[in-house]
Amino acid sequence: MSSTVPSAVKRPRRPKGRIGGHGWVAPVLLILPTVIVIGVFVYGLIGSNIHTSLQDRHNIGPSQGFAGLDNYRDLFTDDDFIYSLRNLLLYTATFLVGTLCLGFLWAWLLERKARGESLFRAIYLFPMAVSFVASGVVWRWLLNNAEGNRASGLNRLFGSLHLDFLQNPWWTDERWGILAIAVPAIWQLSGYVMALFLAGFRGIPEELREAARIDGASEWQLYRHVIFPQLSPVALSAIIIIGHMSLKVFDLIMAIAGQTNYTTQVPATQMWIEFTRGDYAKSAAIGTILLLIVAILIVPYLVSTYRQERRR
Amino acid sequence: MSTDAIPAAVASRVPGQRSRGIARTLKYVLLIIFALVVLLPAYVLFVTSFKGLGDATPANAWKLPQVWETAGWSRAWEQLGPALGRTFAMVIPASIISSVLGSMNGFVLSKWRFPGADIVFTLILFGMFIPYQAVMVPLVQLMGNLGVPSGVPSLIVLHVVYGLPITTLIFRNYYAGVPVELVEAARVDGAGMLRTYASIILPISAPAFVVVLMWQFTSAWNDYLFALFFSTSRNGPVTIALNFLASGQLQDYSASMAGALIASVPTLIIYILLGRYFVGGLMAGSVKG
Repeated sequence: MSSTVPSAVKRPRRPKGRIGGHGWVAPVLLILPTVIVIGVFVYGLIGSNIHTSLQDRHNIGPSQGFAGLDNYRDLFTDDDFIYSLRNLLLYTATFLVGTLCLGFLWAWLLERKARGESLFRAIYLFPMAVSFVASGVVWRWLLNNAEGNRASGLNRLFGSLHLDFLQNPWWTDERWGILAIAVPAIWQLSGYVMALFLAGFRGIPEELREAARIDGASEWQLYRHVIFPQLSPVALSAIIIIGHMSLKVFDLIMAIAGQTNYTTQVPATQMWIEFTRGDYAKSAAIGTILLLIVAILIVPYLVSTYRQERRR
Repeated sequence: MSTDAIPAAVASRVPGQRSRGIARTLKYVLLIIFALVVLLPAYVLFVTSFKGLGDATPANAWKLPQVWETAGWSRAWEQLGPALGRTFAMVIPASIISSVLGSMNGFVLSKWRFPGADIVFTLILFGMFIPYQAVMVPLVQLMGNLGVPSGVPSLIVLHVVYGLPITTLIFRNYYAGVPVELVEAARVDGAGMLRTYASIILPISAPAFVVVLMWQFTSAWNDYLFALFFSTSRNGPVTIALNFLASGQLQDYSASMAGALIASVPTLIIYILLGRYFVGGLMAGSVKG
């Protein structure tokens, strides 16, 4: 902002940075490649994608003209797409609640010097290293929908434990099938949420707990008034990270149910199918809708991060 | 509690200790049960991969193999071997390039700032969260126009480009914790930006590099979405080959499970060896945001 000082006579005043005193041409040059690349591959392509979504372009050929919001209107009047959105919502809610609860519980169990903590931590965390495609291989087997004598996977296990009532058709159920996909997702990422909460717990100064205890706070009051408030930034990060991952769910569904399975359909799988059909406009419109959904979650977060950075 | 603290403490000493003992036992019982549940899929993968074709029946689903066979492993290896090589050829350059760029960006955004650095950082960060579906249609066209060949070359470019936001974020947060005086001292000594970066910042960056390289390696290795759009089963990475193997009409469970294990070995090794750094880095990257 200080560059408004006329520079003809004097050397331009250097901008007041945190460090102040050095020129800003060099750092701008250093970051310029990234700025250009992100500008093109993120913002440019988002613009181009929106443009495509407004075209009448439903096969491999060029656009047949401007279509306005027709593609979006078609999607929102299409029961299949509404079903996809509903699936996505159900999946996200389940995934979020599941990972947050399990992650918190595990962190809470491990928080106070548990013996073998590092072993448990490693076990809970390891599924995160595995790709959704690889875990999909085993989960497709575990979530086999056959019941009774032909049952395999988890249904078989339930049967042999005399828990037959737990047997269910998993992801093939038309109403709740999508929730079965959330099971492996929760398996994979609860450990990550645990790691976040564990860091949160460790970040609470011991004096704070001591002070609360000396003031006569009960265990519940300690959590209610000291621990939970201290953990809320961590919980928010976890919600942002898991939430945005969840909205992009694709690999797991492809690996477990396959792209054409109706009961586990979400916008991302529909987008891929429309793409393979050459319906680029519809494919682009679905992509844009996904972006808008993610933006609802992410933009407020980015804005608040930005404000915090400014204040620092 | 505190009003009758002394008599209560004396009187309830033994029962209090007992209930604490029960709580401890309960805690470990829970921890062990959860650990077993988490390990259950790993057991299935391991056991099934050693079963013969006739042994992988529903009735034997949860049992150990009747005969430990490695035929499934060799069938999986046949199909995944070439793809594994391609995945290494893609992941190694992709993670190195995006880490180096991220390190320079992080340095500039935290220690050698320029006007508007915060807004530039926020705009870069947004790239981390976008669903790639929102750019995929024009991206396929752009890569075609740029003439980047399908398969490994395309995937290197994409993992570098879309990896930049997170690598920048992690390095920036790491460098934010480096004392300003270090950089100031170098500046007073007359060092320029690149000298300062190379002689002051780079030598202390090893922990951040470990985290970022691991992160990039894992996410590029495990990627399926870009691979699906930008490669085929002939030139694609191991996720494509594995899905091809596992989704065949004949359900070859032992080969699929062996394949899933083969495809996961590199990232699992990295986690086991360097997991501690990884967790630490995730926190730096996410808690601070």
